[in-house]
Amino acid sequence: MTAEFGLAALWLAAALAVLQCALATLGLARGRAEAFGAVRAAAVVQGALVAAAMAALIACFLASDMSVALVATNSHSMKPWLYKLAGAWGNHEGSMLLWVTILGLAGGAVARFERRLAERTLMATLGAQAAIALGFYAFLLFASNPFARLDPAPADGAGLNPLLQDPGLAFHPPTLYAGYVGLSVAFSFAVGALVTRDVGPVFARAMRPWVLIAWTFLTLGITAGSYWAYYELGWGGWWFWDPVENASLMPWLAATALLHSVSVLATRDGLRAWTVMLAVVAFSMSMLGTFLVRSGILTSVHAFAVDPARGSFILALLVLYIGAALVLFALRIGTVRQGTPFDPLSREGSLVANNLLLTVILGIVLIGTFYPIVAAAFGTQLSVGPPFFDSTAGPVALLLVAVMAAGPLMRWRREDGEALLQRMTWPIAATLAAGAGVFVLAGPIRPLPLAGIALAAGLAVASLAPLARRNLRRAPLFLYGMVVAHLGIAVSLAGMAASTAFTRETLAAVGAGEPVRVAGYSVTLDGVRPVIGDNWTALEARLSVLDDDGARFVLRPQVRYFTDPVTSTNESAIATLAGGQLYTVLGAMGEDGRWQLRLWWKPFVTLIWLGGALIALGGILSLVGHVLRERRQRRPVASEVPA
Amino acid sequence: MRRWLLWLPLCAFGVIVAVVAWGLYRPADRTVYSRLVGQPLPDFTLAPMVQGKPGVSSADFRQGTPRLLNVFASWCVPCIAEAPHLMTLKAAGVPIDAVAINDKPDAVTRFLRRNGDPYARIGDDRHSRLQLALGSSGVPETFVIDARGRIVKQHVGDIRAEDVPILLQTLAAAK
Repeated sequence: MTAEFGLAALWLAAALAVLQCALATLGLARGRAEAFGAVRAAAVVQGALVAAAMAALIACFLASDMSVALVATNSHSMKPWLYKLAGAWGNHEGSMLLWVTILGLAGGAVARFERRLAERTLMATLGAQAAIALGFYAFLLFASNPFARLDPAPADGAGLNPLLQDPGLAFHPPTLYAGYVGLSVAFSFAVGALVTRDVGPVFARAMRPWVLIAWTFLTLGITAGSYWAYYELGWGGWWFWDPVENASLMPWLAATALLHSVSVLATRDGLRAWTVMLAVVAFSMSMLGTFLVRSGILTSVHAFAVDPARGSFILALLVLYIGAALVLFALRIGTVRQGTPFDPLSREGSLVANNLLLTVILGIVLIGTFYPIVAAAFGTQLSVGPPFFDSTAGPVALLLVAVMAAGPLMRWRREDGEALLQRMTWPIAATLAAGAGVFVLAGPIRPLPLAGIALAAGLAVASLAPLARRNLRRAPLFLYGMVVAHLGIAVSLAGMAASTAFTRETLAAVGAGEPVRVAGYSVTLDGVRPVIGDNWTALEARLSVLDDDGARFVLRPQVRYFTDPVTSTNESAIATLAGGQLYTVLGAMGEDGRWQLRLWWKPFVTLIWLGGALIALGGILSLVGHVLRERRQRRPVASEVPA
Repeated sequence: MRRWLLWLPLCAFGVIVAVVAWGLYRPADRTVYSRLVGQPLPDFTLAPMVQGKPGVSSADFRQGTPRLLNVFASWCVPCIAEAPHLMTLKAAGVPIDAVAINDKPDAVTRFLRRNGDPYARIGDDRHSRLQLALGSSGVPETFVIDARGRIVKQHVGDIRAEDVPILLQTLAAAK
């Protein structure tokens, strides 16, 4: 029954999306204001219905209802409950339903809470939102029904890919999807504003919270995904430039650019056309990301079910939405009035530079990701990997960091070069000191990591500078948001550069009792024994670690064997220590009875994810700060001057 | 801003879509070919798989005659399909050695009784170690090894009737 209820709710939600889209179009075309209330109501109810459908699917998974085909192929009654829950979106159909659920909820929230925008613009926005949702409803109902039944029902399910049996999975896709969908709301706002030619500060302030939400979730999703790949894949790396990783990085880059340009539009009424363009680009990148992941046209560690029919469907949606938005952009943006002008050397100017550099990085990642397909068209098989991305995106990213350090210290409209240089004294000093310090202590290292560490120090100092000589208790919350986020970038960059420059790796075949050395640690294999888990068995090594100061601890890396379906995974064992992480992986046993051990010493590597968390925290602070300020300003006695 | 510039984003988007659509609909050849083609065979020694037949080692391939190295398994259905063509090759005087992947002696003995036995030697590769070292991604696969122990050709998938003359030619050229 639950499955039928879910399917019915999904159909009803789709019907409401049709209604919402049609009413918005009619209301706009005929200038009928009374349609407006109905559009809002439809959006709210549609959100509730699709949420009910998702709840029904989750119920099916939790109850292990094997008569539902999706449950049977992706779950197993013996799985722990958390993975049954996560199984609901650990597959194609379920993840698309989750996508459209978040979309529906976001649409409902816009309809319920948005009070600043002109009615016509909001109506156009909700119409666009319904049109997007409609495409995904059609996709679910006609091409990938999550509630399809199996008759007869199998005795038990096929299980979930063991790599995905990890608490990380429970949160990784919902986080990324919330990010993607937040960008779809920004996209709908942009389309709405283009339809009514209403691009201005009000539009920017309405859009900003959604961009901030999307950006914060994307940051969290990427950070968590990176850590997951780091400890679960057992390859010791934190970023592989894998197509699917790039698929989440590209929307993040676009969202970061959008976040900054929307601030210029909200505070200074500049960058009108550019902001609209970025909103469209950011959503196209998330659609393109969804497409990449779902169509499987690029080989990736994320081995999802590959199905060209589904790929075609998403591609068709992509062409429809983005194509229509770009046509609208080309036709309408010329008629949008130009915003306020500004000097190249100014806060606005630095934000434009930030946007251009982010766009360049986005372009590099886009080209690198799709180049294998282009090359294949000319008959060459190749893959584009870290050497390309590191050497191209790396320097641009460092340049961006330099701009990022200077930008917040500039004034709006026009900046005096000498005064700026004076304010930059400490950051520049920190950069030079850190660079020289590393050079003296560690000797010559590669230029890119060296520049990374030096700039990270400079950025850390510069990011705190906007708080200098301010009353810390009266500084607005969104200012703290910016400070924390920029500091997070500095922390993360320091971790990336330091771990790249100073990682030590040892690969050895050892018998019991033989010590291996890596960095300042001596690792001894005590023995290997079998262990049994919930739905796996494993060989577990006991490694005694002795550091040079005499401290001892034990690590237990495993090779796990899963039976449903048959697979094995390497469970790394990681010790987080003061200066970094000791990362150990157990390999196979050789013919001579010795075990392969892979050991890494990764100094400061934890800073990467700590920085990621700080960046997301900055996003949250900024979001709360802006929302609070808007609420205060809506009161009649608002007296605050824009910062 | 010039009007035509505003259409530029749409054009760029069109290019991306064209690339992606081509990637989606092209007839994909996802076969994994070994990087070892043209390289000497890696060193290995495999224990015998069945009674009365020796195991395989890399030294066997440096004896001055080109040989085939067939990667197979008793549990593999295409291996049954290619068995008659291996027999044809054997009848043509081609020495064939084999590696049984992830298999048991009884099962292999039964497989050979039912489908014919074209092999001079069969090595036991219980954990697919040699298979991975060869850069082979599945069964069946057949490697042509020249007189000096170098891999000159990798045939992925079962050998069909039309592949037999090609393999014979390659072997003749590999002397």
